[in-house]
Amino acid sequence: MSQSTQLCTFYVDGSYLGVEALQVQEIIRHQELTRVPHAPSVVRGLINLRGQIVTAVDLRARLNRAPRAESDPATNIVLLTSIGAVSLLVDEIGDVVEAREEDFELSPDSVEGAGDLILGAYKLENDLLVRLDTVALVEGIDRGVVAPSTEDVA
Amino acid sequence: MDELVSEFLIESYENLDQLDREFVELEKSPDSRETLAGVFRTIHTIKGTCGFLGFSKLERVTHVGENLLSLLRDGKLDLTPEITSALLSMVDTVRELLSEIESTQSEGDRNYDDLIRLLSDLRGGAAQEEEGAGGEAASDPAPATQGEEAAEAEPASAPEAPDTAEVAKAPDTAEAVADEAKTTEAASEPAHAEPAAEPAAAKPEPKAQPAEARPAPAARAGGRGVSDSSIRVDVRLLDNLMNMVGELVLARNQIVQSDAVQADRSLAEASQRLNLIASELQEGVMKTRMQPIGNVWNRFPRVVRDLAVTCGKEVRIEMEGRETELDKSLLEAIGDPLTHVVRNSVDHGIESPDVREAAGKPREGCLKLLAYHEGGQVNIEIRDDGGGIDPERIGKKAIERGLMTPEQIARMGDQEIVALIFAPGFSTAEKVTNVSGRGVGMDVVKTNIEKIGGTVDIHSTLGEGTSLKIKIPLTLAIIPALIVGCAENHYAIPQISLHEVVRIEAGEIESKIERIRGAAVYRLRGNLLPLVYLSDIMGTAEVQEGATYIVVLHAEDRHFGLVVNEICDTQEIVVKPLGKLLQGIPFFAGATIMGDGRVALILDVLGMAHASQMISGERERIVREQQEADDLKTGTSKSLLLFSGGGDRQLATELSLVARLEEFEASAIESAGHGRVVQYRGQILPVHHVSECMDLGLPPSCWGSDPDEMLEVIVYTRGKHSVGLVVDEILDIAKEVVADDNGFGGVVTGSTVIKDRVTTLVDLDRLVQSINPNFAEMSEVL
Repeated sequence: MSQSTQLCTFYVDGSYLGVEALQVQEIIRHQELTRVPHAPSVVRGLINLRGQIVTAVDLRARLNRAPRAESDPATNIVLLTSIGAVSLLVDEIGDVVEAREEDFELSPDSVEGAGDLILGAYKLENDLLVRLDTVALVEGIDRGVVAPSTEDVA
Repeated sequence: MDELVSEFLIESYENLDQLDREFVELEKSPDSRETLAGVFRTIHTIKGTCGFLGFSKLERVTHVGENLLSLLRDGKLDLTPEITSALLSMVDTVRELLSEIESTQSEGDRNYDDLIRLLSDLRGGAAQEEEGAGGEAASDPAPATQGEEAAEAEPASAPEAPDTAEVAKAPDTAEAVADEAKTTEAASEPAHAEPAAEPAAAKPEPKAQPAEARPAPAARAGGRGVSDSSIRVDVRLLDNLMNMVGELVLARNQIVQSDAVQADRSLAEASQRLNLIASELQEGVMKTRMQPIGNVWNRFPRVVRDLAVTCGKEVRIEMEGRETELDKSLLEAIGDPLTHVVRNSVDHGIESPDVREAAGKPREGCLKLLAYHEGGQVNIEIRDDGGGIDPERIGKKAIERGLMTPEQIARMGDQEIVALIFAPGFSTAEKVTNVSGRGVGMDVVKTNIEKIGGTVDIHSTLGEGTSLKIKIPLTLAIIPALIVGCAENHYAIPQISLHEVVRIEAGEIESKIERIRGAAVYRLRGNLLPLVYLSDIMGTAEVQEGATYIVVLHAEDRHFGLVVNEICDTQEIVVKPLGKLLQGIPFFAGATIMGDGRVALILDVLGMAHASQMISGERERIVREQQEADDLKTGTSKSLLLFSGGGDRQLATELSLVARLEEFEASAIESAGHGRVVQYRGQILPVHHVSECMDLGLPPSCWGSDPDEMLEVIVYTRGKHSVGLVVDEILDIAKEVVADDNGFGGVVTGSTVIKDRVTTLVDLDRLVQSINPNFAEMSEVL
């Protein structure tokens, strides 16, 4: 049997995406967010994960997709990264998928404007599962952004 | 049981357990110097402590064991199975003695001479050799028991060592000298000594060993109550527990809240029990991190004693509240500052015995340490009955050092001046002693205390002593904070940077908050306070309904106001760091979790001030210019001191001319020459009543006739001379715009209405002149 990787899959703006399951600490439902002014624009806020304060990054914003409708609650995928726990906000959670390496293909034509965040894609039976580069996802966030994020102004 | 003894027992048992392991290791690798050194240290520690506690038998046993071990460690003797057995039997004996001490508080009446002899014998040969070679190095102060022990060791077969000069010596003296020789760490070891010593030493031992080794293990059966009753725990584990308990408390709060909504009885009962248990658990876990302050204080008697001897002073130390507990991390943090303060008190505070005697005080000075809980804080006071701090000397020094201008000093109160000792780079010691006085003292104390969220206050009375009061929070992880709201978000402001809160009613916002070139300011008691809006910082819309609050904060000794919409509460919050993605935002110092489980950001006051340019030069310049413009527009407004001098007339004089306000008991007033005087700061201060000034037309006063009366005195100073003006009452201080002098050159310069009363304005210079015409001449001469 060929080598395979377990991927934790989820949906963002219609795309079927996945990250390596071993990097996922846990998945929790929508949590109340505390907005952090002057934070990088992709940072949606802070959540309380059993007393641990975790930064939540909106994957839609990170992948340059259209913002999520206010009424749709996001799901948190808490990743263990080199800079501590970071939560990714996704639309919907999928299964854990056993993906075979032979089905893997390096970076296809970029998923619009976010090519460097993608490792490649797995050709599943019915779907194309895009595997994200978690390191690039969190470490690539430009922390220099200190301008007030104006979108939340009422 | 005596606390010291039980601590000693716990520690010794632990050490012994370690010893057992080390011995086993040693047998595997007999050459390991490190292990040997470890064993030596352990025995040495036990010996040292038991000597201190007065357990002489234990001390003797460990002492010979230590001697033997030191030879092994230095490689003067090789570890043989015989030696190992002897040492193990010593360990067992020590154990036996410890359990005896634990159960009976005494060492029992067993005799351990055999073991002692055995151990001495084993060491005998090598020691003697060494004595021959390096005996002259024997300068170490021998332990008190040494002579006695040597006498016991006497019958031991002192082996002939024909190649050393000292052979002729009687065996017992040789032993005694050898004893000394070994305590020195002299590594000079003749290469040929070993073979001669080894067989000789080994000989007598097999007889003694079986007799000793046997009975010891039996003693172990007695158990060890003391050491079983406590364990050592990693502080990190406690921190984790603490964290989790915090979470549990939050979860409990949520359950209790939702419980109130639902009418399920069994749930209500369960949640109530949960509530109770969680509270107790929280308390219990907090307690595990608490330690009595006595742990830090314990070293002070010694510090004080040594220092007193060095300085030629007599100092007694008194402690009160040693059992006051505070968080371990805080305890560690205050150790050094406290030591510094204590040293300072002995070095600078308490006078030498002769000086004290001359001042009518007992020769022996008293340093008092107090600790107590008050309002969720720990107060620590260090009081001495020494000379106190002379504000004038401090003032002079501050001017010398360029820390203050003479004008500033003149305007400051005594206690304010005394507090200058906390200013960086300030040291009053006339000469630098090796004790303290390098000018890095008290400011470091202050910064260290402030670092842990504490405050320091000093109060000193010249000639009577100084008292330093330190207030610190019970724990570091939890800080008191003011929770403020702005557009539905809540933020925490650490109380330590909080000065005051001003409420502005909805209708008054327009008139009270002014804008100068775009910058918002508020007039806070006549001073312009620059403002920053929290909603601006947070990028949210300003909410324009209801009252607004100005939270007055201080950063780097400057004040600014933060405008918020809502003041929620003061709360104890647990500080948690922000993730890496959010570091570098200047406005936040961290985050915390509120009672409802939501995350709230903690504002970084200093960062906020910098980022919004609250304490930048530009903002300050605008404010200053405006202040000056204000003054110009309205004429010169001056601070006036309002007082009454007889009748119901209100008088006022310029505050800047007043040196100080004092109170004296009428009984302190003495007669001298033509007038009355009072002793004041080591000087004679002439005192007059304001009514003595004819120009004012006040009714004459028979002041000071009642000895219990407190006299209110305005002290006026020119040059080195001062004069006191007794007034009936100091009424108030007001900032008023006053018309210029009426130009008549008299004492009265005009009158105005202040606080709804007609007030006579008085020129203090001329007033003093009129009462005491000599005053000007006196001060001019100097």
